[in-house]
Amino acid sequence: MKYILICMAIMAVTTYLIRMIPFAFFRKKIKSRFVQSFLYYIPYTVLSAMTVPSVFYATGDMPSAVVGTVVAVVLSYRKCPLIVVALCASLAAYLTMMALPYLQACFS
Amino acid sequence: MKDFRHGLRHGLSIALGYLSVSFSFGIMSVQAGLTVWQTVLISITNLTSAGQVAGVGLIAANAAYLELFLAELVINIRYSLMSLALSQKTNERFGLPHRLLAAFGITDEIFAVSSIQPAKISPPYLYGMILIAFTGWVGGTYLGAAAGTLLPMTVANALSIALYGMFLAIIIPPARKSKGILVAVLLSAAMSILLYYFVPVLSSGFAMIICSVAAALVAAYFFPVAHEEESA
Repeated sequence: MKYILICMAIMAVTTYLIRMIPFAFFRKKIKSRFVQSFLYYIPYTVLSAMTVPSVFYATGDMPSAVVGTVVAVVLSYRKCPLIVVALCASLAAYLTMMALPYLQACFS
Repeated sequence: MKDFRHGLRHGLSIALGYLSVSFSFGIMSVQAGLTVWQTVLISITNLTSAGQVAGVGLIAANAAYLELFLAELVINIRYSLMSLALSQKTNERFGLPHRLLAAFGITDEIFAVSSIQPAKISPPYLYGMILIAFTGWVGGTYLGAAAGTLLPMTVANALSIALYGMFLAIIIPPARKSKGILVAVLLSAAMSILLYYFVPVLSSGFAMIICSVAAALVAAYFFPVAHEEESA
C-alpha cells in the first residue's frame, strides 16, 4: 500500500515537473538541432517500444490480439481518427475471440 | 469568459477521444491489481496515457523507484518540448501563477490543438480545454476501472487493446510522411522485440527506455529535423 502511494507520487511529481519547468521558466528556444531532433523523435519511439510486442499479449490470447493489431494498423494507415482505430481494434479482437472456438471445431 | 467557452468547445473532441482510451486504461490498471480509487487518483494526478500505462505496469511488477522515475522521465520528456513551444505562444496575461497551473494540463492533444490556433492563447482558453479533457480522462478512467470488474472477461480483454490501437493511430500516419519517423519507429519496435525475447531478465521499463532513447538518437543523427518541424 505504502509502495503504491510512493509510486503514485513519483509518477505525478515527475510528470508535472517535466511539463512545468519549461513552461514556467525557460523562455528561450533550444538551439541544438540534434537535441531538437532527438526530442522530436522520442514520442514516436516511446509509443512504438510500448506497443511492440506488448500489443500481441494485450487481450490474453495471441490470435485475437494479432487480428486487433492488423485492423489497427490498416485503419491507422488510412488515417482514421484515433477513437475509430481504438474501438475497431477492440471489436475485431472481440469477434475473433468469439469466433475462434467455432473455427477450431471446424478444423479438428 | 468567451475564451473559456472557446476552449471548452475546442476540447470537446479531445475529451471524447480520452473517454474511450482512459476507459481502457481503467480496465488495465484494475487488472494489474490496483484498486478503482488508486486508478482514478493516478488519472487525476497524471493526465497522460503512455506514462500511466507504463507506471501501472511497473507498479504491478514491483519495480524499483528509480526505474519508475526514469521510465516516466523518458516517456514524458516530449512534454518539455511541447511546453517550451507553447510558452512562446502564450499572451501577456500568462503570469507565473497561470503558468504553474496550466502546465499541468499540457498533453499531446491539447498542445496540438492550442498550438495551431492563429492567435496567441490566453489562460481561460487553455483552462477551458484542459477542464473538459480532464473530465473526459478521469470520468473514462472511473468507468473503466469500475466496470472492468463487472464486464465479461472477454469484453474487458478486448477493450485492453484499444489503448495500443490509439498508440498505433498516433505513430503510423506521421511515419508515412516522414522517413525519419518511420526509421525511428521501426528501429524502436525491432529492438523492443529483440530485448523481449532474448533478454527476458531486463525489466519492461528499462527495455522501453533503452529502445526509445537509442532509436531516437539514431534517427536524430541520420535524419535531423528541418526547421519548420521543430515545434511539432
